[in-house]
Amino acid sequence: MGQAPILRMRRSVVHLLLGGYTLVALAPVILIIMNSFKNRKSIFGQPLLPPGAGSVSLIGYETVLKQGDFLGYFQNSLIVTVGSIFFILLFGAMAAFALTEYRFRGNIFLGLFLALGVMVPIRLGTVAILEMMARSGLVNSLTALILVYTAQGLPLAVFVLSEFMRTVSNDLKNAGRVDGLSEYVVFFRLVLPVVRPAMATVAIFSMIPIWNDLWFPLILAPAESTKTITLGTQVFIGQFVTNWNAVLAALTLSITPALILYLLFSRQLIRGITAGAVK
Amino acid sequence: MIVPLAETLRLSLFTETDQVRSFVGLGNFKTLFGDPRWAQSFWNALWNNTYFFLIHMLVQNPTGIGLAALLSLPRLRARSFYRTAIFMPTMLSFVVVGFVWKLILSPLWGVAPSLLAAIGLKFLFGPWLGQETTALTALSLVSVWQYVGIPMMLIYAALLSIPDELIEAAECDGVTGMAQFWKIKLPLVLPSIGLVSILTFVANFNAFDLIYVSQGALAGPNFATDILGTFLYRTFFGHQLQLGDQHMGATIATVMFLIILTVVSFYLLVIQRRMRRYQF
Repeated sequence: MGQAPILRMRRSVVHLLLGGYTLVALAPVILIIMNSFKNRKSIFGQPLLPPGAGSVSLIGYETVLKQGDFLGYFQNSLIVTVGSIFFILLFGAMAAFALTEYRFRGNIFLGLFLALGVMVPIRLGTVAILEMMARSGLVNSLTALILVYTAQGLPLAVFVLSEFMRTVSNDLKNAGRVDGLSEYVVFFRLVLPVVRPAMATVAIFSMIPIWNDLWFPLILAPAESTKTITLGTQVFIGQFVTNWNAVLAALTLSITPALILYLLFSRQLIRGITAGAVK
Repeated sequence: MIVPLAETLRLSLFTETDQVRSFVGLGNFKTLFGDPRWAQSFWNALWNNTYFFLIHMLVQNPTGIGLAALLSLPRLRARSFYRTAIFMPTMLSFVVVGFVWKLILSPLWGVAPSLLAAIGLKFLFGPWLGQETTALTALSLVSVWQYVGIPMMLIYAALLSIPDELIEAAECDGVTGMAQFWKIKLPLVLPSIGLVSILTFVANFNAFDLIYVSQGALAGPNFATDILGTFLYRTFFGHQLQLGDQHMGATIATVMFLIILTVVSFYLLVIQRRMRRYQF
């Protein structure tokens, strides 16, 4: 006796702390989304109240959809992200397979080189990248972005995937070889399906920085037709600083896709982080 | 990936006068450190960057560890809800985060002052992002708000991997609650804390987006929030006051590369080797 109330009190302190921080994490975003549906007067008058009967207004969204080509930006972001992820996974898995499966000269060196790539960000090479892209005429094209992001994402992908490839049983691969399968078939038909969960983790991990990146779109592809949604939002808001309805609506529009993706994949993402760290 | 990096390192040894590229050896570095105008901007950016990093280490990582410790308590209800919610800001782009906080902290809108007034602290409010003395701290805290999820998750994972027997043994010896955290769990997750610190370091010394979005390339007010990333961008592309100079840009990128490389290898070779690891 006497233990239970103390325990219960402790429990509620824990919930208070966690709940408090959750509020800190969520409130700013909720505030923005809420106010984007209100008219100008109540954005300033009662910023903390949810949109009600007298204060609902979609004027911000009308402005945004009329002035900025958000659908186009969204499409660009999607093409760049999906394209980069595809190449990262394809080349990353191949490289990881080669590094773990075959012993060849330079094997260790290549592994170390990739580890360096995880630590040193590609952003520092921007000066030279821009020059290369200018020389090959790829400035203001989505291809340039896909190439850069593939290079950026590969080291980490190889690193994580080779950890998982080591766990694929040798018997499986050798059985395939005895049955006369070529190395490519072994790789595509036997190994890839086994490491599929790891591929999903890598995909989600690489996706976030690519989708959110501002630096390379700003430098390599600032043209109207190739803007990604991150850059598009930034430029749009820069032009409409004083139109609060439009700014709030633009913010909400660029938060929403990220939020939906996150809610869909959060379980997998979190499992990926925790599994990676335990290893 | 190595080609652009090597090319950048190479470019930093050249300069261009009247469209002719000429080799100057370490001349650019001499300019960067010797010329008072360059040196002043550079040291300012480096100092600000260090300050930015220190705030992360002092606020983000302890908060992350604390949250992780609470989350990993056994029999906690609504655990996955907390986890998902607290990690959410990390998913947002800098553009969104920068603007969201710019709006909230804006004296024009008045959300922040009225919130402070509600808890009786209105006198504390100021145009934080606009004052030279507070702008960098405010931005660092915004960045902390965004990234606290990462240390939380990594430490949380490390805490979960501590075997139950160990905790039970501690409980048998009467080590519980706070003492258990300080004496048993914290030493066991020390390698993860080291990893988190080095990740924070690399991310901070590359930061650019948040400052660019909320303060522009000039990193105002009066360069108070200028960090190496914005300094590089400004040098490379130029701005109102000067023309872009890709060779000086390459020089700055090289210096950044050397700083990161030094610290990372120091960590890998010196600190990580000395750290005690426990095999379960």
